Amino acid sequence: MSEADWPLFEVFIRSRSGLEHKHVGSLHAADARMAIEHARDVYTRRQEGVSLWVVRSADIIASDPEEADALFEPARDKVYRHPTFYEIPDEVKNL
Amino acid sequence: MYTQALDTHGKDAAAGATEGDAHATRFQARVDAEEKVEPKDWMPEAYRQTLIRQISQHAHSEIVGMLPEGNWITRAPTLKRKAVLIAKVQDEGGHGMYLYSAAETLGIARAQMLEQLLSGAAKYSSIFNYPTLTWADVGAIGWLVDGAAIMNQIPICRCSYGPYARAMVRICKEESFHQRQGFEIMLTLTQGSHAQREMAQDALNRWWWPSLMMFGPSDADSKHTAQSMRWKIKRFSNDELRQKFIDITVPQAHFLGLTIPDNELHWDEATQHYRVGPIDWSEFYAVLKGNGPCNRERLEARQRAHESGRWVREAAAAHAERARNRSNPAQVAGEAA
Repeated sequence: MSEADWPLFEVFIRSRSGLEHKHVGSLHAADARMAIEHARDVYTRRQEGVSLWVVRSADIIASDPEEADALFEPARDKVYRHPTFYEIPDEVKNL
Repeated sequence: MYTQALDTHGKDAAAGATEGDAHATRFQARVDAEEKVEPKDWMPEAYRQTLIRQISQHAHSEIVGMLPEGNWITRAPTLKRKAVLIAKVQDEGGHGMYLYSAAETLGIARAQMLEQLLSGAAKYSSIFNYPTLTWADVGAIGWLVDGAAIMNQIPICRCSYGPYARAMVRICKEESFHQRQGFEIMLTLTQGSHAQREMAQDALNRWWWPSLMMFGPSDADSKHTAQSMRWKIKRFSNDELRQKFIDITVPQAHFLGLTIPDNELHWDEATQHYRVGPIDWSEFYAVLKGNGPCNRERLEARQRAHESGRWVREAAAAHAERARNRSNPAQVAGEAA
């Protein structure tokens, strides 16, 4: 009974033209073509998208949650990267 | 649809819950702060096992749940009802797929879950072991069974485990049409002939109590609720959800002009709740153990489907293999050498 699973694919959907593709979930398929067809059936039964990407899950390289601090902490104290950091007199317009 | 509080955590759940190390403390603090847990984050082994069990049971319930209603697709009374029913059954299949994917992020293989279902080792919601004898049963399932499922599932949209919560958001969005189409079937029948009203009443008679059992054993007998609540897998107790369901459903039955099959049902002015008579838990446990009216039939139907589909899976795998070899002849030659 135990057959090996088909490879796992991650599914990304562009919900409307002009928007970026967004991750929605994953599925198994024998190949890329079948992955697109399954993604259509599983994730777009209600017009959720106008375009699909499927990527083999094994091909995704993810950052390590344990390294999240090392990666993202340095941005935390750089408030000067945001426009609200700068005080501009009220009478100055269009800035 | 269709998670059910089965309260079947393994023995490991109790043991692991007391893990006292720094990881566990930090984990609980994150959960307390309503942060989501994601697949690669550290989590207690008991949390992982509890979720694997719950999500896979939920997925199995969706898949087995296609059977009782699928039974009526060829006999739906109109083309409209047939199209709706096909869409609903297809949704249940989709929900099963979302949930299997969510469970896989915890480290269990799809094939392993499938094997657990087909061997009869895995549990699924007891409600699907009841037969759909008439068309009114399709209405009663949408109205009551999906109604109970929605009540169960909405709090899971806020579950601490990210992939499960996200799958549940998608499922709940799709679920509300299921309940409404069921109620509409009941409404149409109750506005019809005497025989149709009888049919609707008969369906309510048979589905009412099993629907109440969908919320799982009463709190007094529900050993693992506290731990699941601490982990924010569960937000409300079985009895709280059951009471909510009763309070919203009784007036709907009144609107339909149907009678809830419970002589002890009454409105309690002091607590502002409907109170029901005692639930026959021996029936619940018998069905769960495999002795419901359709347990064997459901399992056999899944096994048959799996066997009948084998050649398709093998053909697809062979096709994929050949296409891979064709597009990459050098590599194949290299491997052969």
